[in-house]
Amino acid sequence: MRTEALIKLAVVAAVCGLTTAALAASTDDFKAAYAKAETAETQAGALKNQWTTTAAELKAAKKAADAGNFDEAIKHAEQAEALANASIAQAKEQDKAWTKAVIR
Amino acid sequence: MASTIRVRAVLSGDTTEVQALVQHPMDSGFVKDAQGKLIPPHYIEVVEFEHAGKAVFTAYWGPAVSKDPYIKFSFKGAQKGDDLTISWVDNNGMTDSLVGKIQ
Amino acid sequence: MRRAVLLALAMFCLAAPPVAAADSVNPKADFKAFRAYFIKRFPKVPLNDFVNGPYSMDAGLRKQWQAIDAFPPYQFAVDKGKQMFATPFKNGKTYGDCFPNKGIGIRQNYPYFDAKSGEVITLDVALNNCRQANGEQPLDYTKDDMAALTAYMAYTSRGKPFDIKVSKDPRALAAYRNGEEYFYTRRGQLSFSCASCHVQSAGDHIRTEVLAPALGLVAALPIYRSAWGGMGTTSRRLRTCNSQVGAVPLKAEDELYRDVEYYLSYMSNGLPISGPGTRP
Repeated sequence: MRTEALIKLAVVAAVCGLTTAALAASTDDFKAAYAKAETAETQAGALKNQWTTTAAELKAAKKAADAGNFDEAIKHAEQAEALANASIAQAKEQDKAWTKAVIR
Repeated sequence: MASTIRVRAVLSGDTTEVQALVQHPMDSGFVKDAQGKLIPPHYIEVVEFEHAGKAVFTAYWGPAVSKDPYIKFSFKGAQKGDDLTISWVDNNGMTDSLVGKIQ
Repeated sequence: MRRAVLLALAMFCLAAPPVAAADSVNPKADFKAFRAYFIKRFPKVPLNDFVNGPYSMDAGLRKQWQAIDAFPPYQFAVDKGKQMFATPFKNGKTYGDCFPNKGIGIRQNYPYFDAKSGEVITLDVALNNCRQANGEQPLDYTKDDMAALTAYMAYTSRGKPFDIKVSKDPRALAAYRNGEEYFYTRRGQLSFSCASCHVQSAGDHIRTEVLAPALGLVAALPIYRSAWGGMGTTSRRLRTCNSQVGAVPLKAEDELYRDVEYYLSYMSNGLPISGPGTRP
């Protein structure tokens, strides 16, 4: 009987531990995702090729995080990172491609 | 202070063609400034063109007319050298008027 | 022996420096090709009419413009600019003291490459340099005061042909090339370059607007836009174009903006100043 109770206690404790771990991971996950997005956006800035949509997604991510909606915030941060990377790819591709458009 | 009204009135045959440009913000009252505050309504309510003591053109404007409005119209019965008086009054009670010559 | 020759050849190829970009920059050739392209594409447009942008492309729009031009909406800005231009600084000097010919009828010489600073100087930048040299605060490049001043200066220069110089100075050639690159580079999420609208789609519609050809494009600046309800500077237009294609705008008068203005102005050499322009 006592062992059962101990086991139940252990399970509850484990679940609690897991839940708090899951919440803590969300905040850290968001911070990590946002940092990645910011790094990419800064890189795009160095190439003078940032997109307005990237800036909008970063803003939305911050707003959601401030409201405690970390899942939504992470989605926005990941979208911002994807857009920033796309703008970097555009800059790199255009670096060679532009000469083909010149009127000769 | 410089007039807010510019006018050009040209007689051609028996018809005088009038063009005028009025400098006025014509704020509708629905637009917000950079700080998010509503810009108060400030627009011309009535503009009138008079020749020989008679109104030849009267317009009742309001918030729907854009900034620095332009008018063009024609009327009959004037001679070269006649005076054409333009005047307006806005919702704040401000007014301006100008006397132009028909060319 | 053969092996030695082959080795020498290989070493030469490896040692030979890559062709420097400046070597292949040929503004004169670009100018000829650019002009020929627009003349061939729009044979009915007189050369000097390109400076009227959409009005050279669309007859209906032109009629509306001619009607409006009887009382040009820009005249309030020009009057304000004239007054600003004549008002002395606190130290008693005037804008005219900073410019050749007292600043009258000189807009067609801008932008120019300044050998001393190694940068392109636009008219707007020159005006702020003048202010700062005389102890005044610089004007915001996107706001009404700068728009009024440049509108007045364009007005006094109407009809004068663009006379932009790109010397053999490698820095000038580099600025020219950077401007050319900016013009043809796609940007923003919409992935449009300046050329996408002003070369490929010149004369076509974008929503309700008719696109102006790149030839003569900058001759009309600054412009009074009905959409703005007022006069707007070159910087304002460039930055708005950027955000319209989804690109975060650069700072006003950023090096790249000055370079692209330099490039486009050179391409319009010989065409008359039509500014300040009136646009929908």
